[in-house]
Amino acid sequence: MTAFLASCVVAGIPLLFATVGELLTEKAGNLNLGVEGMMLMGAVLGFITACNTSNPYFTILAAVLAGAGCALLYAFITVTLRANQTVTGLTLTIFGTGLSKFLGQNYLGSGVPENVSSFFAKSAIPVLGDIPFVGDIFFRQDKFTYIAYIVCIIAAVYMYRTRTGLNLKAVGENTSAADASGINVNLYKYVHILVGGALCGLGGAYLSIIRIPIWQEDVVNGRGWIAVALVIFVAWNPIKAFFGAILFGGLSIMGMKLQVLGLDFSQYLFDMIPYVATIIIVIFSTHKKRKESQPPQDLGNNYFREER
Amino acid sequence: MTNPLKITKRSDLSRRNEIIIRVLAVFLSIICAGLVLLILGLDPIKIFGSIIDGCVGTELRIKQTVVKAIPLTIASMGIIVAFKMNFWNIGAEGQITMGAFGATLVALNVPETMPAAVVLLLMFVSAIVCGAVWAFIPAIFKAKLGTNETIFTLMMNYVAIKFVTYLQYGPWIDPNGGGFPRIAQFSKNCILPSVLGVNMGWIYAILCAAMVYFLIYHTKKGYEISVVGQSYETARYAGMNISRIIIVAMLISGGLCGTVGMIQASAVEKTLVAGIANGYGFTAIITAWLSRLNPVTCIFICVAFAALIQGGAYIQIAMGVSSAVSSVVQGLILLFVLGSEFFIQYKVGLKHREKKEVA
Repeated sequence: MTAFLASCVVAGIPLLFATVGELLTEKAGNLNLGVEGMMLMGAVLGFITACNTSNPYFTILAAVLAGAGCALLYAFITVTLRANQTVTGLTLTIFGTGLSKFLGQNYLGSGVPENVSSFFAKSAIPVLGDIPFVGDIFFRQDKFTYIAYIVCIIAAVYMYRTRTGLNLKAVGENTSAADASGINVNLYKYVHILVGGALCGLGGAYLSIIRIPIWQEDVVNGRGWIAVALVIFVAWNPIKAFFGAILFGGLSIMGMKLQVLGLDFSQYLFDMIPYVATIIIVIFSTHKKRKESQPPQDLGNNYFREER
Repeated sequence: MTNPLKITKRSDLSRRNEIIIRVLAVFLSIICAGLVLLILGLDPIKIFGSIIDGCVGTELRIKQTVVKAIPLTIASMGIIVAFKMNFWNIGAEGQITMGAFGATLVALNVPETMPAAVVLLLMFVSAIVCGAVWAFIPAIFKAKLGTNETIFTLMMNYVAIKFVTYLQYGPWIDPNGGGFPRIAQFSKNCILPSVLGVNMGWIYAILCAAMVYFLIYHTKKGYEISVVGQSYETARYAGMNISRIIIVAMLISGGLCGTVGMIQASAVEKTLVAGIANGYGFTAIITAWLSRLNPVTCIFICVAFAALIQGGAYIQIAMGVSSAVSSVVQGLILLFVLGSEFFIQYKVGLKHREKKEVA
């Protein structure tokens, strides 16, 4: 049981990175459907850097830059040039998927070098790792996972406990009011889209470096879309995102675990659950109009000051 | 902080300049794609040459291009109907998959002796029904509750794909497949016949474009769809039944996408596979958008994108360069065209500083 829950965490971490990333982006009022593409770019550039430098720090840096680079493209086109967010995001996914396949074609089947994989080997956190049950599940993981925990906590504190976090909320909820109150709206949008992209890149790199440490095309395999779903499922809350990511991560390995136990459940039916659950959440949140589970009011609307 | 650039909305741009800006954007995107290839250590002239050779070089390759243009065109038509209503149907991929499921449901259960015309008609109807149902679910919630359709339709894609994957690996697995996870091949009477060497889907695709053109520009329903797309308030004030319009338009949209699934299953794959939609549903969103929701323009754009896809597949075989190049080029073209929209809608000029000081 503990082992299963620990592997749920492993399966959930890439989702957690991407979900927190997309959540920050959406809080700034931009729906970026390029998560899948950004994750793939982070995965491929992280992997290539790992292979060529054998340096874990450069690997992480490359993944961050890859995700942020794609996000910059998106931000420029949607924020500065005010193009449609949905279409731009989808394009980014097509573009990122294509480019990652292309860049990775010479690496197909090659593995992560020893230096990098040993750096990211499982290591217990002192004290926390010795807590019975909880320690085994959460604190005997790899360093990458600990980064995810920290990112998640920082995001929560930032969003709910700082002035800039509140300003961010204002930008997403009512862009023109935020602008009128003197917030530099475009700067907020750019920064959060870029940070969001960087986190998606990290999520992708987690997959290619730790989860499946041999390069294969389309290593992300739809997890970007699950992250988009998760943002809604967890109602734009980074703490809920932590548990949501582990839950959805767990669902993605449930069928296989049950088959090991001799129960014949198809993994593909479990794979459907995150999407169906999100649809149900979307329906209920619009039906009940509960305040905290609503998307940011100005999500998806581009802002042009002269156009009010 | 003073911004030296002055951006204003403009309405005075002539049709000619609009076209020039778009053509320029496409041209720039191709140059940019060339630079990307150059950075990656490939010869862009050779790659682009091979892509062109790969899509129109021989009669067979032209036919392959047309085969790829068929699903793209029909799906784009479906999306145009939804987008005209400002309904973000991102769910074409799922509607195609379910259409293919509907067609296969018929194909696997009819006797081999049944005449092909009857079987194909049944498959066609079943595909329309399944595609339309898949579009109806988000449509009814949008109409009755105002549920966000972008996310809803997006999620429906993956429900459909996972469902077909489940069938492929589970209940529908071919007992004669030697354990290989595939669904049985269609029998002969379930295969769409060819006309002029390409499956007859191309005739249907042109018909679809004509029908959608007629629907949008020459029928009352089409007019209502556009009004709902412009503003719910206007539509309500004019006494239109918005819920009904949303549902009817989405049934048309999903039905059209469903037929794509039937064509792909019957004429291309000759069975059902989980990846039957093959990204066409997403690419169609882009082609529909690029055509500015004009069905006639859209046909040409779909053919051009099909040529890129076919050219990409060719260079993979001929040069060993990943077919992903074509997605990169597609992505770049769209990013540039999306960006160029800005220069069509807004005027960018330098601010006149003197004026400010006087004031």
